[in-house]
Amino acid sequence: MSIDMKQFHQTFFDESFEGLDIMETGLLGLEVGAADEDVVNSIFRAAHSIKGGSGTFGFTDIASFTHILETMLDEMRDGTRDVTQEAVDGLLESVDCLREMLNAASDEADVDKDAVAKVQQKLEAILNSGGAAPAAVATSCVSTDDDASNINATGWSIRFAPHLGMLTTGNDPARMFRVLEELGDLLVVADVSGMPIYDEFHAEDIHISWQLTLTGDVSHEQVADVFEWVDDECDLEITELSESENLPEISKPDEPLAVAASNVDEQPKSDDRRQGDRRLSKSSGAESASIRVGIDKVDDIINLVGELVITQSMLGQVGAELEAEEQGCRDAIRIERLREGLAQLERNTRELQESVMRIRMLPISFVFSRFPRMVHDLSSKMDKSIELIISGEQTELDKTIMEKIGDPLVHLVRNSIDHGIETTQERIAAGKPETGTVSLNAFHQGGNIVLEIRDDGKGLNREKILAKARERGLVQDDELVPDEKIYDLIFQPGFSTADVVSDVSGRGVGMDVVRRNIRDLGGNVEIHSETGVGTVMLIRLPLTLAILDGQLVSVGKQTYVVPLTSIIESLQIRCDQIKTVAGQAHVYLLRDEYIPIIRLCDVFDVPARTADIDGGLMVVVEGDGQKAGLVVDDLLAQQQVVIKSLETNFKRVDGISGATILGDGTVAMILDVGGLIAYSKSMDPAVIRSRKNDNEHMIQQDRESPQEGNEMVMMKMNKEAADERNTVH
Amino acid sequence: MASILAVDDSASMRQMVTFTLKGAGYDVTEAKDGQEALIKAKSNRFSLVITDVNMPNMDGITLTKELRALSTYKFTPILTLTTESSAEKKQAGKAAGATGWIVKPFNPDQLLATVKKVLG
Repeated sequence: MSIDMKQFHQTFFDESFEGLDIMETGLLGLEVGAADEDVVNSIFRAAHSIKGGSGTFGFTDIASFTHILETMLDEMRDGTRDVTQEAVDGLLESVDCLREMLNAASDEADVDKDAVAKVQQKLEAILNSGGAAPAAVATSCVSTDDDASNINATGWSIRFAPHLGMLTTGNDPARMFRVLEELGDLLVVADVSGMPIYDEFHAEDIHISWQLTLTGDVSHEQVADVFEWVDDECDLEITELSESENLPEISKPDEPLAVAASNVDEQPKSDDRRQGDRRLSKSSGAESASIRVGIDKVDDIINLVGELVITQSMLGQVGAELEAEEQGCRDAIRIERLREGLAQLERNTRELQESVMRIRMLPISFVFSRFPRMVHDLSSKMDKSIELIISGEQTELDKTIMEKIGDPLVHLVRNSIDHGIETTQERIAAGKPETGTVSLNAFHQGGNIVLEIRDDGKGLNREKILAKARERGLVQDDELVPDEKIYDLIFQPGFSTADVVSDVSGRGVGMDVVRRNIRDLGGNVEIHSETGVGTVMLIRLPLTLAILDGQLVSVGKQTYVVPLTSIIESLQIRCDQIKTVAGQAHVYLLRDEYIPIIRLCDVFDVPARTADIDGGLMVVVEGDGQKAGLVVDDLLAQQQVVIKSLETNFKRVDGISGATILGDGTVAMILDVGGLIAYSKSMDPAVIRSRKNDNEHMIQQDRESPQEGNEMVMMKMNKEAADERNTVH
Repeated sequence: MASILAVDDSASMRQMVTFTLKGAGYDVTEAKDGQEALIKAKSNRFSLVITDVNMPNMDGITLTKELRALSTYKFTPILTLTTESSAEKKQAGKAAGATGWIVKPFNPDQLLATVKKVLG
């Protein structure tokens, strides 16, 4: 039977990487000198599994490397080796090395042999220096009498006298005889002289001994192998059969006895076995199992479900229209049934969508797990004592968001350690505990996932940031700046207040990239800080990238989607609250603050229903820390929309993050509030006005403008939607 | 066909053992540690238990002892999967009541040969 072992490799790699993570986490948590037995055990087990698997699946270099680790860990486990910092560091290094080796094996690439040898030598040196017991001799020591293992003997005479309780180790003489029988001709003579009287007889005990004669071309090793497991549970003599030796004569009458003896336990067993099989087939269905599926397959399903949601809302709309039109007519009952069916469809669709989305969700621990090691390394590098507290690691997040949030998170944690947490001396001087704390937390909040990075360091230096900003002309000298604005400054490109640029962070690159990456994921980041007390950074992320809770608004004949998360409030415009700044731009006095007014009809160049905005509707939104009022004609429904990428269907357009298809089949643009505010700032209001006055139908030369993008995409996606409907009919 | 309980905390080892034994026509149930194995063993009657030694929650030695204490598993063959270096592990397994052992690393053929030895 030949089995391709390659099919098990992926599972082996997956579990080995998992094992390495366990080892790493365990090693980082080990307290030098007073190691927790359970932790050492779990580290040992992980190493042991990797060794076993790599040996079985043919990765001998990994197996022999892990063997050294295992030996060392085994000694720690037995208490014959102290857990020293040196040993822990050596083991951590080996974990990295093993990761490299496994990666290479998984990619079928070559590993850096020198690097491996170096780590191996180091580890061996540690192994030989400490610990009491020398490494056990690993060679097999099964065969004891080597001189007897000569082949080509004519046969063997075997005296086999099992001890009373041999059956209770599951070793069955009858079965062993069957194995011997396959090797050659076997003659079995039972000696029942040791049989007790009936009253003292126990069916579980063996009272018989056997004299076996095996003839044929059989080696001593083959015979010894059969009895290998019962070595110390029987008296065994295996002697070479000499030609002259007489075969025992009376055998036949005794044989049935031997069989009968072994049948005592054979009979009920086979009955139970059948029963057991039946029960087995019933219970095996209850096992919880997982399957590995390509992410593309899952995404296909998610897309299809997205389409289903659209179809469902189209049908829902038709149903509602029918209901409104046909009220009171004789079809009312059928329409009622249709309505019920549609309601059920909506429920099922929503549940289907939610379950499909959940497939893509993974616990955030996948990202958090890298931080203990990072903090360990950084704190020793910078000579700061830091404790990392992780919580909420079971909070689930979309896989794509998870993959992209790792780097920004690393950057922020590094910043906290480098700039936030003070040195031990500084902390003592400030009357704080010597050990600084960085905590990572993840939790749900209002349909978002919030990642919180909190440190108890020195906090952001408001004055220093402000001075730097003035120096760079980002803030006017006499300008009064609120805290939020100050903390926002550190996200400006090239902004750094670090006195000394360290190799950990502080080159001033990064925070702007961090914010951009988070925004690309549809999230935002905010900072709260108190001097001397610490800093909290909050990253808010959407649960998924595929759907969005939106407020539909209409401008002229167009419908737009405003992400609910960016809406602060909606209000009716009062003309006396509108002020004109610099003779051009309009701002609105919202309580005690002025916010810019953005007329969507101007930005997207669609004719509004009324030119007069007095008494009109304004949606107050916030994006990138700035507020603005969007003037719209009407507020429509709030609903979940399936996000369609604009880039893949058309191209990137300023102020728009994507599009969606509504229930009636029309396309609606999803507004990118932050981008929209930035874009409207760059537009000269005078230009808009003159352009509108000059020529309503002027063909736009600027191909990147939202106006043109809007129309083009509308046409293209409307056509797609129409095509889809046509194929359905 | 005989039913076998395969116990190992390593998914790849379980996968390999199951694939090999199923290919040879045995009925295989998996368990990822001793605790799970014991629960499954109690609600079934397996003809053979193959168990790893080092496992979380309940190791193979304890599992063997627990199984032997059950009247239904008093005579059932129990094989431990053990590494070459641990001669004492073989003894620990035997002392707990194991029938025998399979030395790791092993290949599918060796596994099948050993299973045949105990199941006939």
